Amino acid sequence: MASHYEAPIRRPLVTGEKSYHDVTVDVARPVEGKANRAWWIVFSIALVAFLWGIGCIIYTVSTGIGVWGLNKTVNWAWDITNFVWWVGIGHAGTLISAVLLLFRQKWRMAINRSAEAMTIFAVFQAGLFPIIHMGRPWLAYWVLPIPNQFGSLWVNFNSPLLWDVFAISTYLSVSLVFWWTGLLPDFAMLRDRAVRPFQKKIYALVSFGWSGRAKDWQRFEEVSLVLAGLATPLVLSVHTIVSFDFATSIVPGWHTTIFPPYFVAGAIFSGFAMVNTLLIIMRKVCNLEDYITVQHIELMNIVIMLTGSIVGVAYITELFIAWYSGVEYEQFAFLNRATGPYWWAYWCMMSFNVFSPQFMWFKKLRTSIMFSFFISIVVNIGMWFERFVIIVTSLHRDYLPSSWTMFSPTFVDIGIFIGTIGFFFVLFLLYARTFPVIAQAEIKTILKSSGERYKRIRENGETLAGTG
Amino acid sequence: MEYKISNRLRTGAIILMVLGVLGVGYGFMDAYSVNEDNITEYLANEDHHGDEHATESHGEEHSVSAAHAEEGHADEAHGAEVEAEGHKMTHEEHVLHQLHNRPYAALYVAAFFFFMISLGVLAFYAIQYAAQAGWSPVLFRVMEGITSYVLPGGALVLLIAFFADSHIFIWMDENVVAHDAIIQNKSGWLDKTWFMIRGLIFLGGWSAYRHFSRKFSVAQDLADVNDNSNFKKNFRISAAFLVFYIYTESIMSWDWIMSVDPHWFSTLFGWYVFASMFVSGITVIALITIFLKSKGLLPFVNDSHIHDLAKFMFGISIFWTYLWFSQFMLIWYANIPEEVTYFVTRIEDYNLPFFGMVALNFLFPLLLLMNSDYKRIPWFVVMTGVVILFGHYLDIFNMIMPATVGDRWFIGIPEIGSILFFGGLFMLIVFTSLGKYPLLAKGNPFMKESEHFHY
Repeated sequence: MASHYEAPIRRPLVTGEKSYHDVTVDVARPVEGKANRAWWIVFSIALVAFLWGIGCIIYTVSTGIGVWGLNKTVNWAWDITNFVWWVGIGHAGTLISAVLLLFRQKWRMAINRSAEAMTIFAVFQAGLFPIIHMGRPWLAYWVLPIPNQFGSLWVNFNSPLLWDVFAISTYLSVSLVFWWTGLLPDFAMLRDRAVRPFQKKIYALVSFGWSGRAKDWQRFEEVSLVLAGLATPLVLSVHTIVSFDFATSIVPGWHTTIFPPYFVAGAIFSGFAMVNTLLIIMRKVCNLEDYITVQHIELMNIVIMLTGSIVGVAYITELFIAWYSGVEYEQFAFLNRATGPYWWAYWCMMSFNVFSPQFMWFKKLRTSIMFSFFISIVVNIGMWFERFVIIVTSLHRDYLPSSWTMFSPTFVDIGIFIGTIGFFFVLFLLYARTFPVIAQAEIKTILKSSGERYKRIRENGETLAGTG
Repeated sequence: MEYKISNRLRTGAIILMVLGVLGVGYGFMDAYSVNEDNITEYLANEDHHGDEHATESHGEEHSVSAAHAEEGHADEAHGAEVEAEGHKMTHEEHVLHQLHNRPYAALYVAAFFFFMISLGVLAFYAIQYAAQAGWSPVLFRVMEGITSYVLPGGALVLLIAFFADSHIFIWMDENVVAHDAIIQNKSGWLDKTWFMIRGLIFLGGWSAYRHFSRKFSVAQDLADVNDNSNFKKNFRISAAFLVFYIYTESIMSWDWIMSVDPHWFSTLFGWYVFASMFVSGITVIALITIFLKSKGLLPFVNDSHIHDLAKFMFGISIFWTYLWFSQFMLIWYANIPEEVTYFVTRIEDYNLPFFGMVALNFLFPLLLLMNSDYKRIPWFVVMTGVVILFGHYLDIFNMIMPATVGDRWFIGIPEIGSILFFGGLFMLIVFTSLGKYPLLAKGNPFMKESEHFHY
């Protein structure tokens, strides 16, 4: 792919004196070892949250949507806020594995596996909401265009909610296939190292008999490239379709053409923040600091800064056009956001999303792991508020003042959200114990061009022969 | 490698400009040969000769669209040009305005088109620096040559806007504004002085970045091998420029293009114009690179570089379509009267250019540049590039013309003359600038990576 020459001003992507074998050992260690106490504690907390969420879901479905805080005016609130939030988080995984692959960003190799896992687990959470927020979720299969005994009663393809069904399910399937394909050589590595028969059997099963022949690798690369080329428009269109849920409406504050690219930018923004949150902990816990280096965190911070600025431009554009349009409903919608009863949500969103990423212009701050971790949390809270503000503040006060109202969530709304966070971490924690969290096969392809040790050898003018 | 603009190229460019001036001059004379005195006669004649227009239906169609404009105005949505000086404009006056606007609009579309190419290249150049791209430094001098047109090209757009006044921007006509409550509400923004000041600020910022990035790039050539200070300066100002650019490009699109329809608004508009300028800019980089390479002047550029440029042409074409569709579909779907008039007039009066451009800008690049082998074949890239450029000329045409000449559009002598004039000027300035410094920016620390780039 790239040339063997690398400019000396590029910093190493793998630090320490790593050889191919070291990479294997480092990646396999968490899988081959035993879970420690801390893991069990965190896992139990996540599991409890998950079970609590299941309880809330069962309560909602069996009692009725009325147990939520929704009302006749605000008929979408936490359900769809959480849905869009989780879908948005899921997008960074595909961005990292697909878009950064198309742009030949070698630094993605240390983070793509976990980012894709994050995508898949986040899309699971997102996928819950469209079903559980239905009044009659047991009829959910009616959204599928299946021939039936109602004289082939069909779905109406004009609704963005139906497009959501196709978008999310396609997105989940393609992401899953993309992720699993990339896992084959790594599972094969675990299979070949396994000493216990049970583990050997499992990893033999999931690695589909990968034997790493030249022809396999050639096809593997081609498939990755094609999937990346397909996943990129997919990732844009999925969040675009999610944004269509609002933008196709005629609700002031929702009906605006910038939503498609702006939601996508917001998704990258929040997704990268979540990747940062997870990886900053993972590199420490799994001793992967030599692979997920400060440079990786810095680069993710730069992406956060960039997409945060794009989101900022979109906010300002919306404000300007609301004034420029001369449409009083539109003007009021934005006035209401800034000064209405939900002003605190709006200003949380503004300060967390627009101002906080601007700190990343300072090298000292964006290379500080503590600060990055802090900002990554702040951004995710801000992006949750963004969806909340867009959805609730536009609904609670629109055309008819006689329909104005307020929204406040009940414990069930909150409980389900907490439940999805618990479910997400249950999955992610299990993943971190059983999957190779770094794509070791890919790391090995850049070791000699971008590994610290090999860079040093080359810069000293010595030969790489015999360095292994 | 040194390059000097050849006499043949210079003469060719000058001939294009002269032809263009003649065409533009003819356009003005032709448009103003119809005036208040003979407009009735002109319209009668037109109906008479209108065989190809299918006389009756043409008249009917026109009255329908005039009625539509009136109705729209009653909804306070559209048709500022229909009413002036407090009384309803007659059909004759309306047509006369459209006829007189045509040469101005033709000039403006072509001026903006060539300017946006160079601004798009400037943004691409800044991104390459900020992203520390390893493949593109061999193309930096080509990009720098193209961006030399930013200042003169942008100044010309502003000058035309200034002199064309209400021939392009209806809100610059005080009589119209006096009777149009919607525009009055926007007069805090849509004000000619303020418009010109904003334009000068944008132009100042863009050309300042262009000036300094070129300066540091040339200085880096002469610097010591280990001295990357000029490169670092360029890296920093590129990041700063991109921030400035994302804001000013949006505002510029609202000012210079969206405000020709002062009743209409769309939040996506700035980004949509960006996609158009970005893909046109990248296409021109590819075309000029292939041209110079065919002269043997870019031995360090290989087909992998062409492949990458073609991938960008392909990808950004799809991105453009994505934004085009998002804007169109959302407005079509919600069908809110104050917004939808924009597309109603385009679909009724500009059906072929409106949908034709989607074919040119999306289907052609999608199908032609899908195959990775084709992306490495120069003539294939040139062929697709020409289609893309024509498509994006039509894109700008579709943005400006409906508001200025309405259904009286045609791509005739004034339009082609304007393209020839600005095309010639663009070639003259760009190729003269290309000849000023060696075509390889050899001091760039990524240059060796770029020269050995192989995909």
